[in-house]
Amino acid sequence: MSSLLIKNGHVLDPASKHDAVADVLIRDGRVAQVGGAMKGADKMIDAKGLIVAPGLIDLHVHLREPGQTHKETIATGTAAAAAGGFTSVCCMPNTNPINDLPALTRWMQASERGAVVNVFPIAAATVGSAGEKLTDFGALRRAGAVAVTDDGKPILDQGLMDAALRAAKEAGLPVIQHAEDTKMTAAAMMNEGATAFRLGLRGMKPEAETNIVARDILLARDTGGHIHVAHLSTAGALDAVREGRRLGVRVTCEVTPHHLALIDEDVGEYRTNFKMNPPLRTATDREALLAGCADGTIDAIATDHAPHALHEKRQEFDKAPFGVTGLETALALTITLLHGRGKLPLARVIELLSTNPARIVKLEGRGTLAKGSFGDVVLFDPKRRWKYDAGKSRSKSHNSPFDGWPLTGKVVSTIVGGNVVYRES
Amino acid sequence: MKASRSLLGIEPLDRDSIVSLLNLARRMNPRKPRNLLRGKHIVLLFYEASTRTRVSFELAAHTLGATTHLVHATASSIEKGETLIDTGLTLRQIGADLIVIRHPSSGAPHLLARHLDIPIINAGDGMHEHPSQALLDAFSILRHRKTLKGLRVAVIGDIYHSRVARSDIHLLSKFGADITLCGPVDLVPDIAATLVPGLRLTRNLREAVTDRDVIMLLRVQKERFAGRAFSTDDYVAQFQVTPELLKLARRDALVMHPGPMIRGMELTDAVADGTQSMVLEQVANGVPVRMAILARALGAA
Repeated sequence: MSSLLIKNGHVLDPASKHDAVADVLIRDGRVAQVGGAMKGADKMIDAKGLIVAPGLIDLHVHLREPGQTHKETIATGTAAAAAGGFTSVCCMPNTNPINDLPALTRWMQASERGAVVNVFPIAAATVGSAGEKLTDFGALRRAGAVAVTDDGKPILDQGLMDAALRAAKEAGLPVIQHAEDTKMTAAAMMNEGATAFRLGLRGMKPEAETNIVARDILLARDTGGHIHVAHLSTAGALDAVREGRRLGVRVTCEVTPHHLALIDEDVGEYRTNFKMNPPLRTATDREALLAGCADGTIDAIATDHAPHALHEKRQEFDKAPFGVTGLETALALTITLLHGRGKLPLARVIELLSTNPARIVKLEGRGTLAKGSFGDVVLFDPKRRWKYDAGKSRSKSHNSPFDGWPLTGKVVSTIVGGNVVYRES
Repeated sequence: MKASRSLLGIEPLDRDSIVSLLNLARRMNPRKPRNLLRGKHIVLLFYEASTRTRVSFELAAHTLGATTHLVHATASSIEKGETLIDTGLTLRQIGADLIVIRHPSSGAPHLLARHLDIPIINAGDGMHEHPSQALLDAFSILRHRKTLKGLRVAVIGDIYHSRVARSDIHLLSKFGADITLCGPVDLVPDIAATLVPGLRLTRNLREAVTDRDVIMLLRVQKERFAGRAFSTDDYVAQFQVTPELLKLARRDALVMHPGPMIRGMELTDAVADGTQSMVLEQVANGVPVRMAILARALGAA
């Protein structure tokens, strides 16, 4: 019976409608009490001046284990997550081998992996993510998978996507789609537009994303399945989601902080830390995404944390792999862009980073500080200004576009199951 | 480790730098050897095939007294998987004072320049830029015209894949030329008109050529098509420049082509070999222009 008392903090939990200074008592890994008089506890944290919120939940993280541990491991990736205020991460199956079997799904969650936060695997939708044969969704769910995807790649075949949505509905899982019509994006390295033309790089048309999103929403409508759009990046795809929601389709979507912060021009002089898929888009797309966060069309912010080793990114632009890290900068970027500049309430930041992600992958007792929920908490100072130093990242990889960026909003402490897993030094 | 004497493209150059290089080129004579670069070692790092650019740089270097060494991607440890940066650092350690690089990846010279402290000269990077070509094109035009300002130029052909086109457009635009682009939609997408301010784009060859002072033709780079369908007949019917079409341009209009030309495709034999064709002169001018580039980059002039 161990207890942790978080005193004097401002509890901000949209799920249980808390938005006031209150103490939080965690006992045996669960929230025992919020507010009101409390007796002592084994450990005490003074959260004066800080926001006390349900731990952040990242729906889209590449932990690279097994098979690509030169980029990241479950231990190092979750350490970075903890430093970013995340108490749960959903890890993608494009490992080596691909996570398309219950045994591997279980392996990823084993304590031997050294995870410091909760890890919820997202399993492959097709065997080997080859886009041909569906995996066993029921078995994967029983092994702990919270969704299925072929992320990195799209499920292009319409018949197969239809079958996936039906099977996933049976298994109670969402299908997460990396929406990219790869027939249109061969050899493309960034968003198609003036910058790509000037740099002499082939570009990905926004339609390559929008067409697949629109198609998947129709399939979700027909099947009653839940489609979750990964890393949505275009105004067109956002409009499709808005329309689908209007029609009552079970569609949810996430955006990355880098798509809210950056545009294709920011690639600059072939900077590979600005190369990811989907690519940075136009200013118009970015504005649309910011508006989507404000009007509720966008459900969640997810980092698509994609670590790559230095030698991999230090190559010619077309050779460097797609992807950037993001766990340690997500909260600050969201606060800076949506709350600081966009004037959205902090509660909305929590909805995007915790409340809604928990709902999307049905993490019971998470994304909330209601009594009885898991003792997963983040303490942060919403006003603290700091500068991100990618070199000091807890991730094995430092491929962030935000190195040196001045940010507002700093994680002070991250607590998982009542245990402090990160405290700022 | 910034090599500020690198030449990575035309876009970052200001007019004064360009004028200065062209003036220096006028003082260079490929037939009069000089010792400006004696004792200097120049490595040509060519990841792509080349005849005119490579030999042109070699001749330029030799005329100034430098040694040259050609590293061909397939005949070196690059084939064994050595990275571009490691290759560059190795060459620098062996004694390269300057590297001339031609590479299929846009931005490759920029990557090298970021990690080496010797000048990097871009001899063509992917679809991005070919600065020495644009400089020799400007040099060539200015042998026949007083100024680039207000010059009516048509750039016709596969602009999308062309690093020469991008460099030419940047240079001519900096000096106030009036530029019209022309070609089919997939080779001259609408976005091409955003490269610099004031560009015009037409799909009509006759309109593009009418009243122009300079007509710059480009090869259709089928090797970059990645399996896309292409009809040679359609292209020839709509975009081939013939003597009859040339009559629509100014009487003494210059016809230019960076080479290699595909006779019978973007132009006919008569145009390629006609009195208005600058093609051979362009090639010859490449040497003094490259002499100037090398001398300037190594701080010798």
